[in-house]
Formats: sequence, C-alpha cells, structure tokens
Amino acid sequence: MPYALCFLLFTIGLYCVVVKKNLVKIVIGLAVMEYAVNLFLIMLGWRTGGTAPIIDKTYIEPGTTGKILDSFINTSVDPLPQALVLTSIVISLGSLALIISICIRIYEKYGTFDITEIRRLRG
Amino acid sequence: MTRLLPAFVAIPLVMAFVLPIFGKKGKSTATVLANLATVTLLILAIASIGKSGVYEVGNWSIRVGIILVLDGLSSLLLLAISVVSAAAMLFSARYMEQYTAKAKYLSLFMLMVAGMNGLVLSGDIFNLFVFLEIASLASYALVGFGCEHEELEASFKYMVLGSIASTFILFGIALVYGNTASLNMACVSKAIQSSGLNPGLAFALALFIVGFGLKAALVPFHAWLPDAHPSAPAPISAMLSGILIKTLGVYALARVVFNVFGVSVQIGWLLVALGVLSMVAGAFLAIGQWDFKRLLAYSSISQIGYVVLGIGLGAILIAEKANPAWASLAILGGLFHLVNHSVYKSLLFLTSGSVEMSTGTRQLKQLGGLAGRMPVTRTACTIASASIAGVPPFSGFWSKLILVIAAVQAHFYWIAAIIVFVSLCTLIMYLKVQRHVFLGELPENLQQVKENRGPMLVAMIFLALLCVFMGLLVIVPSLRANILDPAVKVLTDGPKYWAPILKANMFATEGKIL
Amino acid sequence: MCYNEVNNMEQEQQNSNVIQRGKTSNGVKGMTVIVKTVSSWVKVLIFLFGINIVLFGHLTPGGGFAGGVILASSYVLVMLAFGREFAEENLPLPLASKLDCLGAFMFALVAILGVVFGGSFFLNFLYQKYLPGQPLHLVSAGIIPLANIAIGLKVGASLFLVVLMLSVSCKGSGATGRRPVRSNPPPAGCTGSSPPSAGQI
Repeated sequence: MPYALCFLLFTIGLYCVVVKKNLVKIVIGLAVMEYAVNLFLIMLGWRTGGTAPIIDKTYIEPGTTGKILDSFINTSVDPLPQALVLTSIVISLGSLALIISICIRIYEKYGTFDITEIRRLRG
Repeated sequence: MTRLLPAFVAIPLVMAFVLPIFGKKGKSTATVLANLATVTLLILAIASIGKSGVYEVGNWSIRVGIILVLDGLSSLLLLAISVVSAAAMLFSARYMEQYTAKAKYLSLFMLMVAGMNGLVLSGDIFNLFVFLEIASLASYALVGFGCEHEELEASFKYMVLGSIASTFILFGIALVYGNTASLNMACVSKAIQSSGLNPGLAFALALFIVGFGLKAALVPFHAWLPDAHPSAPAPISAMLSGILIKTLGVYALARVVFNVFGVSVQIGWLLVALGVLSMVAGAFLAIGQWDFKRLLAYSSISQIGYVVLGIGLGAILIAEKANPAWASLAILGGLFHLVNHSVYKSLLFLTSGSVEMSTGTRQLKQLGGLAGRMPVTRTACTIASASIAGVPPFSGFWSKLILVIAAVQAHFYWIAAIIVFVSLCTLIMYLKVQRHVFLGELPENLQQVKENRGPMLVAMIFLALLCVFMGLLVIVPSLRANILDPAVKVLTDGPKYWAPILKANMFATEGKIL
Repeated sequence: MCYNEVNNMEQEQQNSNVIQRGKTSNGVKGMTVIVKTVSSWVKVLIFLFGINIVLFGHLTPGGGFAGGVILASSYVLVMLAFGREFAEENLPLPLASKLDCLGAFMFALVAILGVVFGGSFFLNFLYQKYLPGQPLHLVSAGIIPLANIAIGLKVGASLFLVVLMLSVSCKGSGATGRRPVRSNPPPAGCTGSSPPSAGQI
C-alpha cells in the first residue's frame, strides 16, 4: 500500500513535468519525481518491528572486538537501500543545481520563463 | 589486464579533478595532459582486446562488493569509446580556442569519458546507474557550453528528458532490488532465471526499456536529440552522437535485456518495432533539414534504429530457438553497425565543426563550393558520407550487408526491404549534404575561407582512415574472431553468461569473513 | 559560464529593482542588526557542527556529504546576512575552486593508495594492515574517515560555489571573471530559419 502511494507521487511529478508551462515548475516536478523514487527505495528496506541500523556498544557481543549480535542483524532495517538513497540524493542535488542555473541563464537570454515562448529550435 | 581495470575509470577521473587547477594561464599544459590521458586510454583499450576478467573493488567478495567485469562486449565498446574520445580531444585542442574556460571543458570531457568507461565495465546494476548519471550530467553541462540562446534551450530540453529517463531507470533498479534482494547483475540474473518474471519485474523491464530508450533516442523518445546535438560544440556533438547514445542507451539496454532478464519473443518484437520506427522516421525527418548538424542528428536517430533492429532480430531468433547461427549473424550486424557508426558519425560531426569554424555558418543554403578551399575536410566528409550511405568498399556497406543477409536468412523479407529503402534515403540525404556544402559555387562572403591546420586535420584523417579500413574487421577472420565474435557470444549466451563469473568467485570466497 | 552582453533597458531596470528590494530600509546591503549579530555568533557553531558530522561519519549518521552540506550552509548564512561581497572576501572564488579540486583529488588519492599498499583499488588498507583501531572509537574503520574528510571538503566548497554563482544573476549585468565569451560572431543564420516543412513529432 505505501508503494502504491509512492507511485502516485511519482505520477504527480510526471504530470507536473508534462503539463506545466513555467520552467521552474517543470524543475519542481522533476524534483518531486526524484523524491518519490528515493522514498520508494527507502521503503523497500523496511522490516516490521525493525530498528535503525546504527551499531552501538550494546549491539557488540561482550568480550569480542567487533562481532555483532545476531539479534541486531535479525531486527535491523536493511541498510543497503539507505546507502543507495544517499548516492541518489547527491546525484539529484547536482542535477538540480545544474538545471536551475540553466533556467537562470535562459531567463537572462530570453527574458521569460514560459516554454511556449522559448522555441527558437524547431523543425 | 584484470588488475588494470580500475585505471579505465581512475585515469580520467583524476585528470578531471586536476585540470581545472590550471585555469587560464596553463591552458596549453592542460590540453597536452588531457590528450595524453585519452591516448593512454586508447592504448589500454587496445591491450584489453580478447581478454576477460572480473575485478573486485576493495577485495570485497562478489555478493557484497562492487565488481568490474571485462568481457567481449565491454572491450568492444571500450575500444569505440577510446577511439572517438581520442579523436575528439585532439580536434578540440584547436576548436575550443573559440571558447574561454577551456580547462573546465577539458575537465567535463574527462568526466564524461570516465562515466562511460565505468558504465561499460560495471558488473553491478546500481554502479551502472551511478556512472550513467556522471556521464549524463557532464554531457548536460557540455551541450550548453557556449551559452548562446539556442544552446541553453537545447540543454534545458535535454536535461529534463534525461532526468526523467534517469528517474525511470532508478525506479526500475529499486523494483529489481525489491524482488531479488541483490544488486549484482550475476546474482540478479540467477534469481530471475530461477523465479521467472512476476509483475514487479515485468514493470521494471518496461521502465528499463523506456529509460534506456530515452537515453538512446529511439523514436517515441527522441525529442531531445535534434536540439541537443547541433547546439553542442562540434567535438562534443561527435562524442554525444558517436558514443554517448550508444553506451548509455544501446549497451545498457542490451546488457539488461539479454544478460539480466533474458529475452522473450515479445521483447524482441518490441525492439524490432522501435528500431524500424527509428530508422524510417529519422530518415524522413532528416531529408528535409537545411541545417548541417541537425541533419546529421536526425540521421543518428536513423542509424541507431539499425543497431536496435539488429539486436532485436537476434533477440527474436534466440527466443524462438531458431538456428543459432542466424541469431549470431543478426547480432553481429547490429554490433558492427554500432562500432561503424561511432567512427563515421563522429567524423561527420568533426568535419561539420571544421566547416563551421572556417565559415561561421551551419546552414546548407549559405554554404557551397568549399571543395577547392578545404580539400582535407572535403575528402574526409566524402569518405564518411559514402560510408554511412553504404557504398561498397567502406565500412558501412559491410554492416548493412550483414543485416540484410541476416534478415533474409531468417525469412523476415519485409525487414530487409525496409533496411534497403532506408539506406537509399540515407544516400539521398548525404548527396544533398555534399552538393550543398562542397560542390556548387562559392558565395561571395565565403571567398576567404581557408583550410584549418594542425590537430584538427590529424583527427579527421585518423578517423577517415579507420572508416576505410574497418571493413577488414569482418572480412579478415582473425580480427573478427578476436574483436567481434566474443561480443556477439556475450549477447547470445544470455543469462547463462554469468555462470562462470559466479562459479569462479562466489563459491571460492563463500567462507570469507568480511 | 555565460556572459550577458546584451544589456536591455528593461533588464537593467528589472535588475536594479531586485537590488532595491534586497536592501533594508536605511539602504545598507544585508539584513538587520539582530540577524547580523546572531549570525556572526552562530556561524562558527554551525561550522563546528559540520566538522563533527564529517569526522564521526563512520559512527553516527551523516558522513561526508551531509557534513559538507552543513559546512556550506554556514557560509550561505553569512552570505544571506551580510551580503554576497562579504562572503566572497572571506572565501574568494579561486580559493574555493582549488579547495574543491583538492577535496576530489584527496579522495582519488585515498583510492589509489589502496592499490599501492594493498593491491586492490579502494582497499581499506588502514583497517586491514596498519591501523585497525578499536571499534566504535574515532580511530577505526580505516580509510573511511579520510574519505569522509575529502568528501566533506569537496561538497562544502562545491555547494558554496553553486550558491555564489546562482546569486550572481541578481546583480546588475551579471558578469564576473570566469565566463566564456564566444569570440566568433554568432553564426549568421542560426536563428531557427529552417522551414517548418517537417513537423515536430
């Protein structure tokens, strides 16, 4: 069920990119799509009754150096999607910075944010 | 060679970080360093022909770590990437003097090469996505490099569509991870073969086809290409059209569809349909263009259709379990056309850049009669045009012949007829280019143009020689057996291809404590 | 990376309107006295917090990227409270650019040292051979803290540069040093004069 809502958020972002006429609104739609995918990726790691995958002193087996308790491994949420989402957020940050600066330069050149008027390339 | 695999990614990345330090005063040092880097990559790529191996990054075993895999298809594409990037970098030594911030251009170029090399070598789906993003972001910035009106608009369109494609691909990867609990392509493939395609995985496959199809500019998803490729500086157009759409689009699509998911008849027909649509639409749209580079961009769409058609034909023949020689021939045609197209399309874009740098315009109606003034450019362009149109001794003829023979052999006569028809259209459009740019009479405002000198000519002559001699890759049996056949075998083996990798490494390190 | 050589009358007026709106009531650049005082105290704390997140990245959530963002945000606070020129004097553009490259180069160096000392790219050579440390202390997990520091440096410098560059366009004609100018005149016929014979699919 949460996955379906995530997909709904994704389609809302896609709708925004396709329909809106303002450059900045298109960029916001793109950002909403990326949030939806990141959310989906994190929710994949959920385990019912799980705990955060951060190792503390209490989770290390006493007496050894660094062996982790089995109870921790059995109840912690999957940490791999969290690493994937971290990478994905960094990538979308870079992409968003680039696309916003291009929007600003387009405004300086064309004088408008409306995509129906920024149509010099056609045919 | 396996120990040197990270060098393909590390050398351009380190160069990309070191070059911006040089700034404006050290421009020539930066250019020399960048050229050295691309030539080193070319030497490494030639040394990796025919070898294969798996490299575990950081000594982590396969189930938990990232691996770099070198096989026949990867080495073929590495060769194509290094050849085109070496030529484009040599060309841009003189061409990019028109722009300032050359050090930043070189750094972005190196990032793009690093991204493409990493994508071709990665054995992990998420790593493929990360390198795809690195290459895409670098190319978005490079398309808008000149900051004129059209370049910014083209860059914006390219960025929006490219980001949508990347988001689709990430969604697909998330679904694959959710269903198979692994990100390594070998483990995913094993899981999918044993469990079959449930609706989640089928949806992931659809998302992958749309995402990679957008990156490859197949026809329903091609809207960014005719704007982005003409607006970029000429060596970047050569790189984009020559290797970026092939690596990010066609290679990734082939890898995911053939090796990870396994082909079926429907997927094969889908690829054939996309290929035919791209070929025909691209050719028709290109004939009516009056801008040199825009015509070349539409022709790129058409030629990528050939490659996807060849691969799709092979997919249908593999899935129907027909004679395996037929499937191998179709895939050989597709892959050879991919390599050919990299060489001659980048040569065409480089010649158009040379013409633009001398005359200042790209419109066919304003050019004419440059044959006497720019002989080397003219010869290179003629060789490339003859090659792309399929005139006999040049390389393009052989790949189209192989595709036609494969289609006829498999009793798909209508596909063969379409291939021949689109080749005719390609010939028409390139005759138009030749007549308007080089033949005819010289207009008055172009009386003083001269040939360009130096590294630009060397790059164009290098690629032209390759165009002439690349037909030997299929004719000479030893070259074909070393370079092309391993690549074909990777795709025809399909999901069984991962078995040696898994067996060799996974069970050996099963007992290793992290 | 762009030089706006066209200075239209409307655009200048528009831009000067933006500068007028950004000024406070007595015309001084930046924000009010309260904001300036508090931010000059708080910026150091934010910077320190960012360094904490970067250094303890292998023990607590965060790491290189999140810590780098916090480091950059301390400079962004200075930029918002005092105006762009103050932040630019504090950390000039060429220096930020070089720090950026230095951070990335350090990361690549750490990866390559894995080859030199251990034989595999990105090998955690400090953890496995030289300096294992004790788990859950600051000195543990090998090269990961070094990688975090490199990433924190790079991300901090990069985001500061990004915000600095984005704020340039609010300022007059928008021209500062390192923008490329196409010295060739723009190509003669490139204003989209292709006839609309082939429709747009």
